[in-house]
Formats: sequence, structure tokens, C-alpha cells
Amino acid sequence: MITIHDLYKSFGTKQVLSGVDLQVEQGESLCVIGQSGTGKSVLLKCILGLTTPDRGRITWQGQPLDRKAFMAGFGMLFQGAALFDSMSVWQNVAFRLRQRMSDAKARNIALDKLARVGLDAGVADLMPAELSGGMAKRVGLARAIADDPSVIFFDEPTTGLDPIRARAINTLIRSIVTETGAMAITITHDMESVRAIGDRVALLQNGRIIHDGPVAEMDHATALADFLGGGVAK
Amino acid sequence: MTPIRSVGRVALRLVRGIGAVAIFAAKGLGGLRPFPARALMIQLIQIGWLSLPVVGLTALFTGAALALQIHSGGERFQAGDVVPAIVAIGMVRELGPVLGGLMVAARVASSIAAEIGTMRVTEQIDALVTLSTDPVRWLVTPRLWAAILSLPVLVAVGDIIGIMGGWMVGTGSLGFNSVTYIANSWAYLEFWDVASGLIKGAVFGLIVATSGCWFGMHSSRGAAGVGRATTGAVVAAAVGILAANFALTGLFFK
Repeated sequence: MITIHDLYKSFGTKQVLSGVDLQVEQGESLCVIGQSGTGKSVLLKCILGLTTPDRGRITWQGQPLDRKAFMAGFGMLFQGAALFDSMSVWQNVAFRLRQRMSDAKARNIALDKLARVGLDAGVADLMPAELSGGMAKRVGLARAIADDPSVIFFDEPTTGLDPIRARAINTLIRSIVTETGAMAITITHDMESVRAIGDRVALLQNGRIIHDGPVAEMDHATALADFLGGGVAK
Repeated sequence: MTPIRSVGRVALRLVRGIGAVAIFAAKGLGGLRPFPARALMIQLIQIGWLSLPVVGLTALFTGAALALQIHSGGERFQAGDVVPAIVAIGMVRELGPVLGGLMVAARVASSIAAEIGTMRVTEQIDALVTLSTDPVRWLVTPRLWAAILSLPVLVAVGDIIGIMGGWMVGTGSLGFNSVTYIANSWAYLEFWDVASGLIKGAVFGLIVATSGCWFGMHSSRGAAGVGRATTGAVVAAAVGILAANFALTGLFFK
């Protein structure tokens, strides 16, 4: 379980997070939504340790977050896939595996994971520049699950994809999360993704979580209705 | 009070900046465990081997031009014969390391900053962190050590080619005897002349790679951010080389 308690973060005079409280259970899929610039990505970067919060606490299984141990057990799909462009597809997927096993073994696991995201062995030796946006996302997803993580983060997983590919990625993410039993935290502003991926949805507005509830009930939530209507929630 | 405060603020910012860059370079130099043999080899080729043509051509033309200048200037006080010795000393002490360093700065600092800057803006560096990999150890360490090891070799090769440039002009158009020219080139050279130039080369290598890596790692968003990082890296490396050259020359030959 990850618990975020009273998290604050500002950049210069701009207060981005103003006391965020969140809790995510193992096996649960949480979607954090909000308008552009509300601090969704900053929240994610604080959890990942890519940005240091000004104040607040993040705990993992009830203990203060030990970054090194935590990092070893999670996977991350970046908005633009963030594949290493000097490495082939299989080397990207097997990046972490190659640090502790032979290339042959790591490549076999990478091919398995590529197959899991619907890519055949033919793409394994391509370079990232040769992939379409949808394929790059799938490779990014294969890299995120390569080490069988217990927590997976998704940053805007469908941004930049056409509706058909976006739907395919959403379906894939949901099936992987269900199949692996991993905790999933998704940052998105795509409500299709929320419905497809999430068990719970949290709305971040003005640096605070102003709604946190099950996806099944989100059509009845006033704060979400305001957000979906394009207005600013009170 | 306000102008004094402003000067103080600028001075503090400058000192803080230099301190941050120094810590960054120290972290980069200290990341040799586990030893990044493959990455180091790739960078030695990128930074050292591929810089040979530009450094060699620069040295060749500089040595040739230096011979013409010294001969023409020396003739005014009947000292035209000193061309071989002055070309040799000038190349190994000063022009070899400085021009070699500047050419490598133009070629390598920009390319390092562009490569790492692009990785920064496309979140590849964040991806490294999430894959339990230290970006400094992965990206900076091999580049710093490759530049430190490559530059002295490039300077040595540049020195030889520069002296050969002077020899070509000296024997081809200034009427020097080939054997005498080469003998005079070596006769006045001392060990410390050569060693100081090689040490300068290693320091300039550190400056070039640190500039490229620092500006790349701190690149701001978008293509414009990478462009600014590239320009900043080259300017900082060039100014750093000239300033360090002055300081080292004072230290070695005062």
C-alpha cells in the first residue's frame, strides 16, 4: 500500500501541490485526473523520487519510502514511451534484466514481454526511431512489466494515439493489471482511459484531491461532473 | 546599498554555480564502479578517434601559418632561423592544446549537450532513474573519462602534425634544410614543454565533457531548450579552456 500524506510542492512562487492525501491498496488501479497544469505529473514525480516534495510524507507498506527498494519493484510507462534511442527494442525491454543476467536469458524474457503486449519477435531488433507511436507505447509497456513489478505507473498512456490505438492500449493495460495483480497508478485526462483502466478515480484540482471514489460511481459525482463539463469544481 | 547587494547576489550565484558544477564533475569522475568498459570504449571512439581529423587539420594549418609568421617577423631582426624552435615550442606549449581543446569543444561539447539534452526532454533520463540506474554514472562518467584520456593523445598528435606543418612550409618555401629543420625543432624542446601541454589537454578534456554533460542534464523543455543547452555548452567550454589555459600557463611557467 502506498500512502501519500499532506504533500506540498511549489516551483518558485507557484504552489503546485497543496496538501495532497491519497492511499492506494495492492491490486488496486487508481486514476488521477485533472486539467493540464494541475500538478498530476508533479505528484507522480514526487512518488517516483524524481522531484523532492517541500513537505509531506510518502509511505510504502506503512514504512517511509526506501527509494532503492521501491524502485526495484516498480515499472513505469512514460507519456512519450521514453525509449532509449541508442538501444534496440529488446535491449530497451531488457534494460534492467541485463544488469543481473546474461543477454541471451534477458532477450528471451524481453521477447515474452513483447509478445504479451502484442508485438512479435520481428520488432525486437528494430531501433525506437523505426517504431510508430502505438508500437513505441507497447514497447514502453513491455519494459514497464519486464521485471514483474508490484506497482506500475502510467503517465498519460493514451496521449498522442488515435482512438483505436488508445482503446487497444487501455484494454492491454487493464488486462495486464488484472493478470499481474499489481497496483496501478495512472495519470490521465482521458476519461475513456479512466473507465477502462481504473477501479478508483481521484480528481486533482488547485493542488488538492477534491474527489476520490470508485469509477463505477463517477457519473454521479458532482465534482467530476463539473470537471467533465469543463468548469472548475468548487 | 542596493548596487552592493546586487553585486553580492551575482557573486554568490556565480560561486554557487561553480560549486554545483564542481560537485557534478566530481560525482561523474567517481562513478567508475562497476567499471563502464564498453561505454568508455564507445566514448573514446566518439570523442577521441572521431576528433582526430579536425584536430589534425587545425594543427597542420596552424603550424604552417606559424612558420610563415615567425619567419616574416624574425627577418626584421635577423632571427629568421629560429622558425623550427619557435614553431615546436609554440605548438606543444600553447597552440596544440588550446586549439585542439577548442576544436574538440566545438565538436564534442555540442554533441554531448544535444544528446543528453534530448534524452532529458524526452524523459529518457527519468526513465533511467525509474530503472534503478544512476544517470550520472551511466551518461556522465564514461564521457568525462573518455575526454580526459583522449585530449592528451589528440594534443600529442596535433603537436606532431603542427610541427610537420611548419616543416612543410619551412622546407618548401622558406629555404630550410629538412634535416636541420627537424634537428632544430627537437634541440630546443624540453620535457616540461611537452608534458605541460599534455596536462593542459587532460584539463581541457575535463572542461569540455563537463560543459556538455552539465548543459545537457540541465536542458529545459523542447527543441529550443536543447538548442540553448548546445550553445551554452560550447561557449562555456571555450571560455573555460581559455581561462584554464591562462591559469595553467601561469602555474607551469611563472
